[in-house]
Parts: sequence; structure tokens; C-alpha cells
Amino acid sequence: MNKIAVKVDDLTVAYNYKPVLWDIDLEIPEGVLMAIVGPNGAGKSTLIKAILGILDPLAGSVEIYGKPYKKQRSLVAYVPQKGSVDWDFPTTAIDVVMMGTYGSLGWIRRPRQKQKKASLEALEKVGMLSFKNRQISQLSGGQQQRIFLARALVQDASIYFMDEPFQGVDATTEVTIINILKELRKQNKTVIVVHHDLQTVPEYFDWVTFLNVKKIATGPVKDIFNDDNLTKTYGINYKVSIQE
Amino acid sequence: MNSAQIEIQLIASLVAIACAIPGTFLVLRKMAMISDAISHSILPGIVIGFFITHDLNSPILILFATLTGVITVVLVERIQKTGLVKEDTAIGLVFPALFSIGVILIAKNANDVHLDVDAVLLGELAFAPFDRLILNGSDMGPKSLWIIGTVLLITIGLLVAFFKELKVSTFDIGLASALGFSPAVLHYGLMSVSSITTVVAFDAVGAILVVALMIAPAATAYLLTNDLKKMLTLAILIGVFSAISGYWLAHWIDASIAGSITTMLGLVFLLVYLFAPMKGLISVIFKERQQRIEVSLLTFLLHLRNHSEIEERHVNHLNEHINWQKVRSKTVLDLALKNNMITIDKEVVSLTEKGDEFTSRAINYIITNEDSQIEGMKDDFFLFRG
Repeated sequence: MNKIAVKVDDLTVAYNYKPVLWDIDLEIPEGVLMAIVGPNGAGKSTLIKAILGILDPLAGSVEIYGKPYKKQRSLVAYVPQKGSVDWDFPTTAIDVVMMGTYGSLGWIRRPRQKQKKASLEALEKVGMLSFKNRQISQLSGGQQQRIFLARALVQDASIYFMDEPFQGVDATTEVTIINILKELRKQNKTVIVVHHDLQTVPEYFDWVTFLNVKKIATGPVKDIFNDDNLTKTYGINYKVSIQE
Repeated sequence: MNSAQIEIQLIASLVAIACAIPGTFLVLRKMAMISDAISHSILPGIVIGFFITHDLNSPILILFATLTGVITVVLVERIQKTGLVKEDTAIGLVFPALFSIGVILIAKNANDVHLDVDAVLLGELAFAPFDRLILNGSDMGPKSLWIIGTVLLITIGLLVAFFKELKVSTFDIGLASALGFSPAVLHYGLMSVSSITTVVAFDAVGAILVVALMIAPAATAYLLTNDLKKMLTLAILIGVFSAISGYWLAHWIDASIAGSITTMLGLVFLLVYLFAPMKGLISVIFKERQQRIEVSLLTFLLHLRNHSEIEERHVNHLNEHINWQKVRSKTVLDLALKNNMITIDKEVVSLTEKGDEFTSRAINYIITNEDSQIEGMKDDFFLFRG
């Protein structure tokens, strides 16, 4: 068994004292590509945000490679939902990618040539180099998603959290994201993706977590991605045809 | 110009700069109304500070009033967090309450305190040069110039030091938090700067008009640029321009300086709103019109390609066949002719080679939605621009 990259213990998160995540225990081994699936309101994004310390949990703890998140920030990159920011913000593609380097710079220090070079390389990886000086509102939804991906890549982390990166993107972007996921797996990075499209889970991922306020199941896709767990998670008699 | 006039313009300009900096971030964070709330609710802080110190320029008064400003923000957030009311409602509940406490305090003590509501609301820049800073018997200039200058220096220092942090937490609060740049620290930092700026500016331009100096230059600059640094610079320039031109407007029509500055801010905004090259109203209307014609052109070219029959391509029948009005058909025909995309031979329209190629590429783009296609087209043709 691999090392444990992320360990979540008894995590409970509440909005206005109404629990949205209830007593989650989760161990994510190093080097897996994991999908988090569940219906709307299941707390998928909340789980990621609580792990990253963006939300304060009501109870429980999170460890990244055995230490609290606050001590391991540099090991973690985050791709928020595209819709969580205002794309009319006055800035360019390269500038958004460069924000990924801010974490390693810390307070006050400014990005320099080294950070700029890394950001350009990340833009190239997602096929967006020719758009580097484009104002972000003038990018398509898929291109915006790729910018977010480049911003995570530039962090050069060990663990990547992505919140619905496939949401409403074009074919080019979908292929780019998949290729990058594969590339990350080759480098033994751990990738955790909030995912909506159940059909593609077996194709894209090797590990899966079923979530609906409580954790239903977690494990290798080939072992646990079945109708039984889907029904438990989605409440109705759920059937997906999994192509062999 | 005499020295008092120069001093007044200098003070007004420094106030404008000091307001434009936090104002830019407030506008981008969609918190413009918070500056309105702060500007009103610092009144009780000012009054209480004034009762203690009897000096409108005392640091203790500034401290008290700044604190009231930050308390306002905290109260608004507390009420909003209950989930019972929305943010704008929470703002509307908090600041009138605090403001009215200030008004009552002034009214009850108006006899023995030299502070009236008018002065607080509107300020009086013209009196600023009378209150002078005397050090060791020598005149160092107006007190308010020194106070505003100090606050401005602090603001610029903080902006330069934390520009990157402010940018990331304004654009993407989740990322800022994940990277370890506490959004709460930055938020309250910005709120404190906004409060202290409002407090020192109120003396010059009054509690209400300070809102205009915070929001209008930033909102105007937002329409002119797509770069945060340029937006800050433009906001500062617009603020200073309005401050100085407003002063001379007041001089000319013999009216309130603060009122004239705000009028200039409004005028500048109106002009930019109408004529800004990319985001201005006229430019947007023009672009929409252009796009409509361009899409019509493509529809027309498609029709030509799909129909080889003569009757379908006869000029007089085109209106019926693609169901357009005469004017529109004429515009589109002219446009296509001008770009050598069609030829008209005995009233029958045919596609040229160029027109045919263009149509194929446009269709190809629409079907594949590939970026590289459109990039090439943007260069040599106007369709799909913007």
C-alpha cells in the first residue's frame, strides 16, 4: 500500500449549524486519480474547501502527509469552480496563472522572471500560450478553465484538488484536462476531482469516493464503482452501463 | 493663484488620490455601498472624539472615527451572517442607526460645541487653509494637508507592499485562502484604510461626498482598462482631474467646492460611460449592430452556396427567400460586394472564390468551435470579432 497523501478524520462541516458534511473519514493514498461523486448538495465542494482550510469545520481534522494543512500548503494546489470568480476582473491570462506562484513567494515578495517563466510554461502545457496577454473576460469558458488548470500546475504541488474542472467545457479543453491528469499520475501526484459525469468515471479515474453528506464508500473504481453504491449515494435505483 | 488657492487644490488632490486607491478595490469587490455606510456611521465617532479633544484634526478623534467605521463593517457582516437579511439590507439597517446617534449628539450639544451637521455632511474645503500647523513658531502649512498627506503615504505604502495579496484575494478569495493569504486580514485591512481615509477626507469634502471620490473614479477607470495597475492609475488621475477642475468650477460659478468636484466626477463618468472605446455605450451599440449585419452576411452567403438555381439567386427575390426587409438586404448586398465576396451579373448573384472560401471557414468554425480557426479569421476579417 502506498503512503497516505490525505487523511480526513471525523470531519463535520455545518452552515448555520446545519450539517452539510457529517463525520467524514477518508484516506486517500498517494498517486491516485480520485473522483468525488454525489448528488447536488452532497457536500463535494465543501469537502475540498474544508480540507484546504477555506471553510472552518465544526469538528474533525485533516492531515496532508501526516501534518496539518497549514504546514503543508506548498504541497497542495487548488482549482476552484470556474464560476466562483468574477471573470470581468481587470487582468490577463498570464497574470491569473502567475497567482499560482504567490503561495511559494509568501507575503510581500513579488513575482519575478523565474515565476513568469514557470507561468508561461504552464500556459503552454494547457495550450493557451498564444492567449497570454488576453483579458480574461474575452476567453471562452473552456479557455478560462484551462487558465485555472495552468495556475494549479505552476504551483508544482504533490496533491491537486479540482472542483468540477469538466463543467461546461468544450472538447479541446476536456482532452487537455485528461492529458494533464494522466501526466500528473505518471509523476505519482495525487489528484482529487469533484466530478459530475458518472459515465466517464471508470475511464478517467482509478479511485472514487461516493459522498452524500456522509461518506458512502471509497476505494478503487474497479472494486466499488457499482450499482449498489450508486443507488446508496443517489437514493434512487441508479444504473449506469459500464463499458468493459 | 494665491497660496490659499494652491493649498486648497493640493488638499483636494491628495484626498482624491487617498480615496481612489481603496475605492478601486471596493468597486472590484462589489462593496461600493460599504463606503457609503462607513462615511455616515463614522459621525458618532467624530462627535465623541470631538467632545473629548475639541479639535477636528486630533489623532484621537481620527482613531475613534476609524474604529466606528470598522465596527460598522463588523455589524453589517454579523447581521448578514444570520441569513435573515441580505447584505444591502444589513447596510441599510446599520448606518442610519449610527448616523442618527451622531446627529442627535450634535443637536443636543450644539450650544457649547462648534460642530454642525452641515459641516459634517458637506465639509468646507475653503476653510481648510485657516487651520494651520505651527511648529516652533513657524508656519508649516494647513493642518489637514499634513494629516491627509500622512494617511496617503500609509495607504500607498500598504498598497505597494500588499498589492499582490489584495489582487489575489479580490479576484479569487478561495485561492487566496488556500495559499495562506488570510482573506479576513486583507478584508479588515482594506476596511480600516477605507475608514481612516473617509475620516480624514470628511473634513475636506464632507461625509457624503467622500463616497463619490471613492467610487466614481474607480467606476470610471473600470470602463477604460483591463489591467488592475492601469485601473488604479486612471482612477487616481480621474480623481485629481475632477478635484482641480471642480475647484475652478466652484470658483467660476461661486458654489460649494465639494459639490462642484462631485459634479465633475459625475460628468467625467458620464462621458466615459458614453464614449469609452471598448465598454462604452456607443461602442457597444455599434458593435451589436455590426455583429447583426455580419451574421446576416453569413446567412446570405450560405443561402447562395446552398442554391444553384437562378431564381433563388435573383436580386429581387432574395428578400422573399431569406425573408428580410429591403433595407437589410441592400446593406448586406453592398457589404458582400465591397468585400468581393459576390458578383452580380444580370441581377443574379453568385459567390466569388473568396466568398466561397470565407463561407467554408466560417461554417467550419461554427461546427468545430476550434480556437485556432477563429484566431486566423479575426486577422483578415471582421466577423466574430470581440
